[in-house]
Amino acid sequence: MLALSVQSHASSGALASGEIEFSPKEIIFEHLGDGYGWEVPFDHHHRIPLPVILFGKDGFHCFMSSKVTGGEKYVDGDATFFIPKEGDYRGKVVQLLPDGSVYRPWDISITKNVCELFIACLLVMWSVFAVAKWHRREMYKAPRKVRGIIESLIVFIYDGVIKPTLGDRSPKFAPFLLTVFFFILYLNLLGLMVIFPGGANLTGNIAVTMVLAIFTFLATNIFGTKHYWKEIFWPDVPLWLKFPLPIMPIIELFGVFTKPAALTVRLFANMMGGHMIVIVLTLLIFIFAALGPVVTGATAFVSVLFSLFMLVIDVLVSFIQAFVFTMLSTLFISFGTEKGHEEHKESQEVTADAKPA
Amino acid sequence: MELFTPDFGLVFWMFVAFAILLFVLYKWGWPVIIKGVESRADFIDKGVEYARDAKEQLQHAKEESDKYIAEARKQQADMLREADRMKTQIIEEARVAAQGEAKKVMDAAKVAIEQERKEAELQFRNEVSSFALDIAAKVVRNQLADEKAQTKLVDTLLDEMENQN
Repeated sequence: MLALSVQSHASSGALASGEIEFSPKEIIFEHLGDGYGWEVPFDHHHRIPLPVILFGKDGFHCFMSSKVTGGEKYVDGDATFFIPKEGDYRGKVVQLLPDGSVYRPWDISITKNVCELFIACLLVMWSVFAVAKWHRREMYKAPRKVRGIIESLIVFIYDGVIKPTLGDRSPKFAPFLLTVFFFILYLNLLGLMVIFPGGANLTGNIAVTMVLAIFTFLATNIFGTKHYWKEIFWPDVPLWLKFPLPIMPIIELFGVFTKPAALTVRLFANMMGGHMIVIVLTLLIFIFAALGPVVTGATAFVSVLFSLFMLVIDVLVSFIQAFVFTMLSTLFISFGTEKGHEEHKESQEVTADAKPA
Repeated sequence: MELFTPDFGLVFWMFVAFAILLFVLYKWGWPVIIKGVESRADFIDKGVEYARDAKEQLQHAKEESDKYIAEARKQQADMLREADRMKTQIIEEARVAAQGEAKKVMDAAKVAIEQERKEAELQFRNEVSSFALDIAAKVVRNQLADEKAQTKLVDTLLDEMENQN
């Protein structure tokens, strides 16, 4: 599917501009990046228009993206907007000031990525409410079909990851962790689709993974116990390591911030890498096109085979990455909410007592 | 290179959307499911335990009933044996009683027969003695036709009486 869209893009691009330089890098980043409109398969010039919302020098402006994506200037009241093809704000809507300079307004447009984000949120909500409704209505009956699949995933995460790690704290943090899991899983899978409900590379976008990691960071630190903060500022190490020069506290404090950073980069890099490999494999066909029809045919065959293989792997990776993000978040939250040794021992005893019952 | 530099719009919407999603699901989604799943697991556990208990009880009940049946059989056999014994006893008793009765009857009959025999003997004797007397009278009448013979007899009789005294 991705191959088809890239193919159409490349061919239409070639048709439009004759023998213009073929730039794989631009194509890759265009496909991984955001857009003001939503692409239509087999047509590179028309996009489904989406609302552009800007907070410029003179207040809010709201218009459909079709007004500017063609390269034209749009005048809304006193302000003029357009998308520059060059410069720092390439591809972004900017405001043209009377003196000829450009100004990038605060841009909270419903772009392709944001739209995809909403779709994923609705899907997650729908899935969860479908199962919740079932539980409210049917009580002890086992759900079937799609509900059964969703519930088995929920139970897989809850009983397999959250409960063993968090123990009696799990009901408090499970909603967040489960939401994160389903949200990432759905975004990953939607990212693998090319046509409408999917197509945006969101988990391969650092903004999304960063916000998710920030939520984990907040959960870890807001609910952090005395023990957690003591481990950071006064860890159990020889005195000279923390006084007078606080080496360990600095390292620990650094660790507080590297944990969410690692979460951010891990998911982002994994998903973006997967997408990039598929696109590059497909682009190989066009790179080798100059060497004649035989080579192109052979490359096309091999490339399609490989990218198909990669897409299948990506389905697996989608699940694994969602799982890993959830697992690491669980671990970080677990570290943050860990009680002191004595308290911990007590709680362990409690759970040990509770288990056989 | 917007991929590596977070875009403000996307961060903003991501934050808003995820916060709303989290709030909604935290409030109305997950707790219901988690509670539901756990209570269902408890319910199934309880059901399994209940079934196991019931099976055990059933086994127990079967053993009990077997025991009762065996006991009843034994009682029945005992009762039959007892009845049998009583039957033979009654028969025996009846037989003994009958024997006694028969003996009594026989004894009575014997006594009667003896009496009758004695009576008959007596009668017979009387008759015989009367006959004999008659005969003797006749004989004596024939023998004592002459005087001499009568005197001789009287003498002998007197001698006898003398000798006796």
